[in-house]
Amino acid sequence: MAAETQMQISDEIAIEITKMNKWYGAFHVLRDIDLTVYRGERIVVAGPSGSGKSTLIRCINALEEHQKGKIVVDGTVLSSDIKNIDTIRSEVGMVFQHFNLFPHLTILENCTLAPIWVRKTPKREAEETAMHFLEKVKIPEQADKYPGQLSGGQQQRVAIARSLCMRPRIMLFDEPTSALDPEMIKEVLDTMVALAEEGMTMICVTHEMGFARQVANRVIFMDQGQIVEQNEPEEFFNNPKSERTKLFLSQILGH
Amino acid sequence: MSRDNLAFVRSHMLPEAPPPVAETGAVKWLRENLFSSVGNTLLTLVSAYVVVRILFGVAPWFFNGIWDSPSLSACREMLDGRTGACFAVLTERWNQLLFGFKYPPDLYWRPTLAFVLLFVAAAPVLFMKYLPRQMLIFTGLYPFIAFWLIWGGSIMVPIFALLGVLLGAFVYWRTLTISAGVAVLAGIVAALVFWWASRLVTAPLGDVLALQPVVSRDLGGFMVNMLLGVVCVSLSLPFGIMLALGRQSRMPIIKWICVVFIEFIRGVPLITLLFVANVVLAYFLPPGTTFDLILRVIIMITMFSSAYIAEVIRGGLAALPRGQYEAADSLGLDYAQSMQLIILPQALKISIPGIVNVAVGLFKDTTLVSIISMFDIVGMIRGPILASTEWNGVYWELFGFACLLFFIVCYGISQYSQWLERELRTDHR
Repeated sequence: MAAETQMQISDEIAIEITKMNKWYGAFHVLRDIDLTVYRGERIVVAGPSGSGKSTLIRCINALEEHQKGKIVVDGTVLSSDIKNIDTIRSEVGMVFQHFNLFPHLTILENCTLAPIWVRKTPKREAEETAMHFLEKVKIPEQADKYPGQLSGGQQQRVAIARSLCMRPRIMLFDEPTSALDPEMIKEVLDTMVALAEEGMTMICVTHEMGFARQVANRVIFMDQGQIVEQNEPEEFFNNPKSERTKLFLSQILGH
Repeated sequence: MSRDNLAFVRSHMLPEAPPPVAETGAVKWLRENLFSSVGNTLLTLVSAYVVVRILFGVAPWFFNGIWDSPSLSACREMLDGRTGACFAVLTERWNQLLFGFKYPPDLYWRPTLAFVLLFVAAAPVLFMKYLPRQMLIFTGLYPFIAFWLIWGGSIMVPIFALLGVLLGAFVYWRTLTISAGVAVLAGIVAALVFWWASRLVTAPLGDVLALQPVVSRDLGGFMVNMLLGVVCVSLSLPFGIMLALGRQSRMPIIKWICVVFIEFIRGVPLITLLFVANVVLAYFLPPGTTFDLILRVIIMITMFSSAYIAEVIRGGLAALPRGQYEAADSLGLDYAQSMQLIILPQALKISIPGIVNVAVGLFKDTTLVSIISMFDIVGMIRGPILASTEWNGVYWELFGFACLLFFIVCYGISQYSQWLERELRTDHR
């Protein structure tokens, strides 16, 4: 599997972060982050809570503003220009821990809203695309229901489909399974695995180490706002270098 | 199961069973709601006694009521010592109660028609889902039609007013690509310039399709309350939304303008604003300017209620989880789109009870204009009707009638809002 997935990664740079720093008030959340993501890479970001994992990926689509350093997404430098930010956001899909579906719209409307209003896709076409992706996440029969009528796992799959409808080139996952019952985690992970196999560039903040082993080609470990260690999953899990990583792994894998 | 044998394997799953058949019907309801304890039984009996006493007191007064009589003294003669109401004042002064005492009687059909058309215009907004979209065109035209019907004058005035609005909307639409703020400003300026210029054209065309003009001073009765209520509620909702969004704005100037406006208006009683509209404003305006009193009152009441509605909507906005804003942002929706499609539909839904509260309060507060010598229904009752020699002393019947009219409208608004809340419910709890 590792050899096969290696091949899909190109030399083209999808995201380049150099010397990025962020503060919440006086609190230094992210410190000198350097990260280059190549197209087709599947990166898992792990680390204890409060280590800045979520903040890092939220900076990539400018949900959080960084104060120092440079982020280049798909060749566009992230600046404070609103037009620029909206362009990057429409190219980068994001899946949230709490799904954040729009409760006043049906599943289908959730999926067609952004294509119709941002991409100016005709309604008919947007609906066809939406149904295509809802089939892909295996819930086309729920299209006319409201988010409140679906289970957590189903809602998260809809959220993935909603992002995919914008045909993003990069997908960010912010702890997508943390709010789910154990029985529903698998259905969401299966969807993400399928997505990875198609060669989507993905950055996942997650605690699912099985998923990291199976899908990721690189695992990044963060602590106290810094990247402490990054490696291929085999090396990372079997032969961690830093003491902090060893401690972390022993705590989450030890039981 | 003995202590030694704790293992258990379910061999078959239990099927779903219906709930036990509980006792139902009126007897159960009575026992649960009225006689559930000694204290409640006592309260039930006491309140039943009070209700019966009130009914027996009011019934003869109501049913002995005289509906046809020229004056209170004639009424008393007919009653001949019995208790009874003198509803004749309502029938005799019916038109005055509804239209005021100076509105030309042969023109009563015009406000009546405007009132009937109000339902046609409001229906497509209130029942958006069930009526064809095209009816909204009439809703858009209605303010101009209603203005022409109530105030009369040349049809050119409302037509040019409408054209000005359309021009402003067109300019707004064309400049929207530059920036939303510029577009709003450009639209307003375009409309104002057009209206100013159109006076040159409308003046010589004053006789075209002219209805007999009626000046604002001659409007009166419940018509004024309806007019102020409808106009101010429908204006203060969009202004309230803008103020609420402005208060959340990241641009400090806009934010502070909104904060200062809202806090100032909320700190001032409505009645003082009305006095400002009536008296003080005249000092600031150049002498000779005719700035219509009703227009001034509309502006003041709208300012007042939009500040309150803004605060209600701000509550709705604050109640939305941050994830909704982030999800809208992450999909690449711009500010206007995410507000219009994601945030406001949800925030307004949460705010419905509060908005209705303000709307009902505003409608009832329109009676305050009687204090600045406008003859709305309360002004009519207190002034021309009670002061007349025929009807001096008929308080219960007149104020009861005013209460009834207000109750019908306010209860209607409240029932509609409850229906709307059920209609918009999508969480299926």
